[in-house]
Amino acid sequence: MKKYSVFAIAREAMRGHKGWEEQWTSPEPKKEYDVIIVGAGGHGLATAYYLATEHGITNVAVLEKGWLGGGNTGRNTTIIRSNYLYDESAGIYDHALKLWDGLSQELNYNVMYSARGVMMLAHNVHDVQVLKRHVHANRLNGIDNEWLTPEQAKEFCPPLNIAREARYPVVGAALQRRGGTARHDAVAWGYARGASARGVHIIQNCEVTGVKRAANGAVSGVETTRGFIGAKKIGVVAAGHSSVIMNMAGVRMPLESYPLQALVSEPVKPVVPCVVMSNTVHAYISQSDKGELVIGAGTDQYVSYSQTGGLHILQHTLDAICEMFPIFTRMKMLRSWGGIVDVTPDRSPILAKTPVKGLYVNCGWGTGGFKATPGSGNVFAHTIAKDDPHPINAPFTLERFRTGRLIDEAAAAAVAH
Amino acid sequence: MLLIRCPYCEEERPELEFRNAGEAHIARSTNIAGESDDDFEKFFFIRSNPKGVIYERWRHIHGCARFFNAVRDTVTDKFVMTYKAGEPKPAKLPGASK
Repeated sequence: MKKYSVFAIAREAMRGHKGWEEQWTSPEPKKEYDVIIVGAGGHGLATAYYLATEHGITNVAVLEKGWLGGGNTGRNTTIIRSNYLYDESAGIYDHALKLWDGLSQELNYNVMYSARGVMMLAHNVHDVQVLKRHVHANRLNGIDNEWLTPEQAKEFCPPLNIAREARYPVVGAALQRRGGTARHDAVAWGYARGASARGVHIIQNCEVTGVKRAANGAVSGVETTRGFIGAKKIGVVAAGHSSVIMNMAGVRMPLESYPLQALVSEPVKPVVPCVVMSNTVHAYISQSDKGELVIGAGTDQYVSYSQTGGLHILQHTLDAICEMFPIFTRMKMLRSWGGIVDVTPDRSPILAKTPVKGLYVNCGWGTGGFKATPGSGNVFAHTIAKDDPHPINAPFTLERFRTGRLIDEAAAAAVAH
Repeated sequence: MLLIRCPYCEEERPELEFRNAGEAHIARSTNIAGESDDDFEKFFFIRSNPKGVIYERWRHIHGCARFFNAVRDTVTDKFVMTYKAGEPKPAKLPGASK
């Protein structure tokens, strides 16, 4: 892997940019690997990267039915934060946030992590109570989160409407300054480049159609559209399709898959300096470095794999955005799209061993998985390499739905996050 | 937005009038306190989440307010049929592709 640097740019400029190499290779699949990761999104590629760098396991294949990073990694609104209520969630999301800081240097790839601050709005007394509880819980866990008055919120984000007669009046806000955004594609590409350079095979257009188990019950490989590929360890990181893959191995999951939509506006000059979220009216907005407003909506109400969603969901979100930011009422929207998110009953992820020997699962990130990408890959690689969860993901078991030891962020946030 | 046929109103109405109420034909135990942890998990948390034909409950909340069942393809979101609550799971689907 040739290192990217200012000198590399200068060198290539001198010779007509003919020396840039492909960022990752596309080898033919081998007959057998030590570990197969199903799904080349951010989480899957990060898992492969950390298997190679932290655990010395490089005989790894990452199988992807479409193109690399083309699922939810390329479809989310790139919000990064760690201000979750419960200790377990705070642990895993802040582990990720600490890795975001410095990830560009680690990968030698600009993931454009920008700690521009994530501001969550309170519109009523209940919101104030919930968000203040979050602020206090976060600070006890060593996570920065602070309470702002409406005037302070306006100062932090000038286009915000804080008029008292607004339909959704802003009565306060919680601000996590370390939160922000990153370039979603670059995260997948950076991890892919790093993993590929260490010998990991990234195999695109290779859909898993079956999971094969040996006589003793342990996994022995996967059937794919490019033939059988053997492995003693398989990590399923397939987002909305996780339950489909797990069913192939005979494991039924506490998951339901829903469409989640987002949209972007025409590009404009810098106007939104941070990320603004409102759980109550369910709208998220930030501005990309290209200048587009990036807006996230809620999920549709029914199970679907259609990667599209109802227009009325977007309309509801845009109604709210226009109320909170009257300045945007005449903006034109350029594109909207949908991704399929796998949601658990307690709205917390599952990163764990499964009842099947050699089968591991990293799923259930629901509507908020992007922010966790580095941390999720990091502890999932540990789980696969050691056949034992890392202390950070130990609570995120599959068994918690039998024992009742839930991590109930659903109740905590009153919204899928 | 989906158009959904309510089997009670016998009319196709827009999705906004309805609430999805999750997977259908999951029977609640008559002795819920006596359920084993395994069985309770299956009843309460485990869902089939199929990529293809799903049997699900809907409620015509802004209409007749009654619950009914529907068969839908989760890839195309196309409704195969709807039927009244309490009716058995249809053994054969009209015009099903498979």
